[in-house]
Amino acid sequence: MNGRRLRRRVVSGTMTALVAVLSFVAVLALVLILGHLVAKGASSLDWNFFVKNPLPAGQSGGGVANAIVGTLIIVGFAALIGLPIGIGTGLYLAEYGSGRVGWIVRFVADVLNGTPSIVVGIFAWTWLVKPMGHFSALAGSVGLAVLMVPMLARTTEEMVRLVPHSLREAALALGYPRWRTSLRVIARTALAGIVTGCLVGIARVAGETAPLLFTALGNLNFSTSILQPMQTLSLQIYVYATGPFDEWHRLAWAAALVLMGLVLLLSLAARWAIRQHHGAAR
Amino acid sequence: MTTVPMEPVAAPEPRWHALRGTNVTDRLYRGVLTALALMLPLLLIALVSELAVSAWPAIRHFGLSFLWTSVWDPVAGVFGAAPMIFGTLASSLLALIIAVPLALGVSIYLTEFAPKWLRQPVAFLVELLAAIPSVVYGLWGIFVLIPFLRTVVVPPLRAALGWTPFLSGVFYGNSLLAGGVILAIMIVPYIAAVSREVLLAVPVSQREAALGMGATRWEAVWTAVVPYGRAGLIGAVILGLGRALGETMAVTMLIGNRHDIGLSVLQPAYTMAAAIANEFSEATTDLYLSALFEVGLILFVVTVVVNALARLLIWRVARGTAVGSRAL
Repeated sequence: MNGRRLRRRVVSGTMTALVAVLSFVAVLALVLILGHLVAKGASSLDWNFFVKNPLPAGQSGGGVANAIVGTLIIVGFAALIGLPIGIGTGLYLAEYGSGRVGWIVRFVADVLNGTPSIVVGIFAWTWLVKPMGHFSALAGSVGLAVLMVPMLARTTEEMVRLVPHSLREAALALGYPRWRTSLRVIARTALAGIVTGCLVGIARVAGETAPLLFTALGNLNFSTSILQPMQTLSLQIYVYATGPFDEWHRLAWAAALVLMGLVLLLSLAARWAIRQHHGAAR
Repeated sequence: MTTVPMEPVAAPEPRWHALRGTNVTDRLYRGVLTALALMLPLLLIALVSELAVSAWPAIRHFGLSFLWTSVWDPVAGVFGAAPMIFGTLASSLLALIIAVPLALGVSIYLTEFAPKWLRQPVAFLVELLAAIPSVVYGLWGIFVLIPFLRTVVVPPLRAALGWTPFLSGVFYGNSLLAGGVILAIMIVPYIAAVSREVLLAVPVSQREAALGMGATRWEAVWTAVVPYGRAGLIGAVILGLGRALGETMAVTMLIGNRHDIGLSVLQPAYTMAAAIANEFSEATTDLYLSALFEVGLILFVVTVVVNALARLLIWRVARGTAVGSRAL
């Protein structure tokens, strides 16, 4: 009996240690990736990197100014398209989503959430690039917006549902119409949470490459026209990383560090926003 | 006219209008929200129909044999997607084999064993893995993971298991193994986040009952907590599978992109997503393009089915709540 108890305790201890080690391994992967990004990218970050455009292949130097600006423009337009639809859908689900339509929309959102981004890319190509006859940043933005909407809808719904019922009842009892209750009281109370959702959504699409391959395409020059092909950091990293030149590899690491910094900044801002929210919660 | 107008000037709108929902602006508000919400199902329909229409020439031309023939010859106009379908499944399976123990370990540790102060930070760090862009994983894979595999992992693996068909051939770097490992790292945060939510949803009484019967802490977890959340955990794994199937950039950069079916994980392979990413812009003939659309359609249908299955399983555990949607 004693031996058996010992064995059970040993198994318990071993498995506890094992799951702790597995957690350590997962965190280690993150540390390694971020560590390599800094180690290999930081030394290339200088003024030129941010203000110069890429030089022709084979020459050293140059920067990714066009890609940084392009990323901001494409992601900005994606947010402009995606945020209203995503937040509106989320509000619908929270306010009126108890029926069958709500169920369908919710299910579709969850299913679309896992759509491969490359499929969204060829979808945007057929709907925008093919009819227009040329690649454009706008098509890329639409693709990113398609990726953003389902996620936004679900987080907004979740956040709005957290608002206590008593608030809604109080507003309605005071004679507020439903739309004002919804916008001025409910959505406003959930604002921090909704902002978090938006930031996470934007962060997620900011690093996307696959939907841009056949839409924004990439551009060696500085371009701010959304109807023309445009470079982004992600596309630049892809081209540089798979290219043959050491100089390109160096720039790819630096661009990856900048992109990662941008994404991390958005993620941390999202976390900060939700913390404000919980701090203010009654 | 001598009569005085009867309606009172600027009378406040009766409150019951708002309560009965007869307010015009209320209806307008609801209409606008409904229109926005209905865009999602419309989008899904548009996506499917667009893919189906564009893929139709290839579907008609090759029929079902598209799925199991393995010749991919754009010049001759003969297309069979079997190698990509195989590669997609093989790389995802490899990723699951690595990622599932890792992710379940993380979620069990974080919900059951870790000290309280450690739980939030570690959960945050693991979820941060999901924030890393795919193309950055690809970059890291090319310059860090592949050299690491070549010098540290593959030689001892070969020495031990080199006689099996899974490790035959020369290892150049870009391979099923590299693609599978990077996929594993990428899907860990998704599986871990969802299974953590599932485990948190298991009632405390389950643990207390097991511990009260004299179970060790691990026995309580393994016999009372995990079985209780089994459907949700399987859902989490399937969700991870859905991610792995559709992942594009990192895999494209690491898997070697060769139309070939082989058992060896050291050899290059191809996935459906990678084929689209690589060949879509070079597809010169209509049939070629259509074949790629059919690949996209297959990929889309498979991921939709996989995701729907995962959602239903997760919903069964945590009905109505958006478990894990925060992590996605």
